[in-house]
Amino acid sequence: MLRILQFLYSLRSFLLFVLLEVVAVWMIVSNNSPQGAAFFNSSTALTGSVLKTQSDVVDFFTLAEANKELTEQNAALLEKLTRINPPVDSVTFELDSAFEASFKFKSARVISQTLRFAQNHITINKGEKDGIKPGMGIFNQDGVVGRVKTVSKNYSVGISLLNTGLLISSKIKSNDVFGSVNWDGKNPDEAKLLYVPRHVKASVGDTIITSGFNSIFPSGIQIGTIKEINPGKEQNYLDILIALSADFSRINYVYLVENTQIGELDSLYQQAEIRNEY
Amino acid sequence: MNIRTFISFFLMGLILVAVQIFLLKNLALFGVALCFLYLLIILSLPVSIGHIPLILLSFGIGLFIDMFYDTMGIHAASATFIGFIRPYWLKVISPTGGYDDSNEPTLKEMGMGWYFTYAIPMIFFFSLIFFSIDQWGTGGFFGVLNKSFFSSTLTFLLAILVQLLFFKKRRGI
Repeated sequence: MLRILQFLYSLRSFLLFVLLEVVAVWMIVSNNSPQGAAFFNSSTALTGSVLKTQSDVVDFFTLAEANKELTEQNAALLEKLTRINPPVDSVTFELDSAFEASFKFKSARVISQTLRFAQNHITINKGEKDGIKPGMGIFNQDGVVGRVKTVSKNYSVGISLLNTGLLISSKIKSNDVFGSVNWDGKNPDEAKLLYVPRHVKASVGDTIITSGFNSIFPSGIQIGTIKEINPGKEQNYLDILIALSADFSRINYVYLVENTQIGELDSLYQQAEIRNEY
Repeated sequence: MNIRTFISFFLMGLILVAVQIFLLKNLALFGVALCFLYLLIILSLPVSIGHIPLILLSFGIGLFIDMFYDTMGIHAASATFIGFIRPYWLKVISPTGGYDDSNEPTLKEMGMGWYFTYAIPMIFFFSLIFFSIDQWGTGGFFGVLNKSFFSSTLTFLLAILVQLLFFKKRRGI
């Protein structure tokens, strides 16, 4: 017995090394499932406040640009609004519940993000306190940015679209064919559109938008445009490369969208025994 | 290690970590070359430091960097590995006559030639492990090698530069 203990003692540094590596690998694995809750990340109070201070300083220098983007978007929204506003009529209809708005929007600022890894994340400056919940979609004026993963009191961490673990249900705008957008971990300007059958006629330059099927994003938010179409290696699907419309290297302000009926949908899916794959 | 060197090491560590988090985190030269300057802390700890404190310290630093990078565990795993192999590597490349107890494996104390053989493999292995874990499952061993090569080159160059500019001879910082 003493011998065994002595032997183990002589190996103590190696054993410590193995133990710490196991801990690290366990953290990597538990952090990488898109739904999993992570304990330490940039949404904790310490890291969050440090990153926020940094971003406060940096953002000061990009204020002009951010302002310009916001006013441009305001203008575009106003233009849309005038088109939508119904003409005054003597008859008014109560909208059916099917047309009820089930999405709530919030705005936030990105305080930190990564670009160069295979699993990229973004940290935003709003948390539980402001009504952010895990699972909300994140987008900006250019297109889809990601999805909220974990939330702390004041900050939240989202999975970026540039994360090989995130699939976004989407469709080709011109012909309404569905697919899933997934990043392949290579170029931060490009992603893949998966599961588009071979018989589909798609052409370079077509717009890809969210389908509204995964109940995270409302339908119609832009994701990108088709850059290249190849017959895929797999027999059944096309290999479509898309150019992402959001410029991830300079994301400042983002919008968050919450589906207020997601609880009802989820329980419905559960009753029907459908696994809801985001 | 007396209190003076301890404090200077602590300050150096703090500065390097801050630089890593605030400046180098967003740096990616040509999209492939990342910089892990904080490795300089682990690399330049005194030769006489015990193996177990070294491993624990490496793990701690890696974990701290991870919190800011949102790469939970990847920095920690790679840094722990570096901490683990450092004493063995030091033994392999020990100069004739061995080390003094007060020796620090830094550029100014050990000279350029020795530092090359010491730091480059360590930094390269760190990058290799880091990118292998990061790119796990996305295929492309070539991409991993490519990123590791350029990242370790950049890290090494910056490490040399920092030591030439800020490290005094026979003092911590």
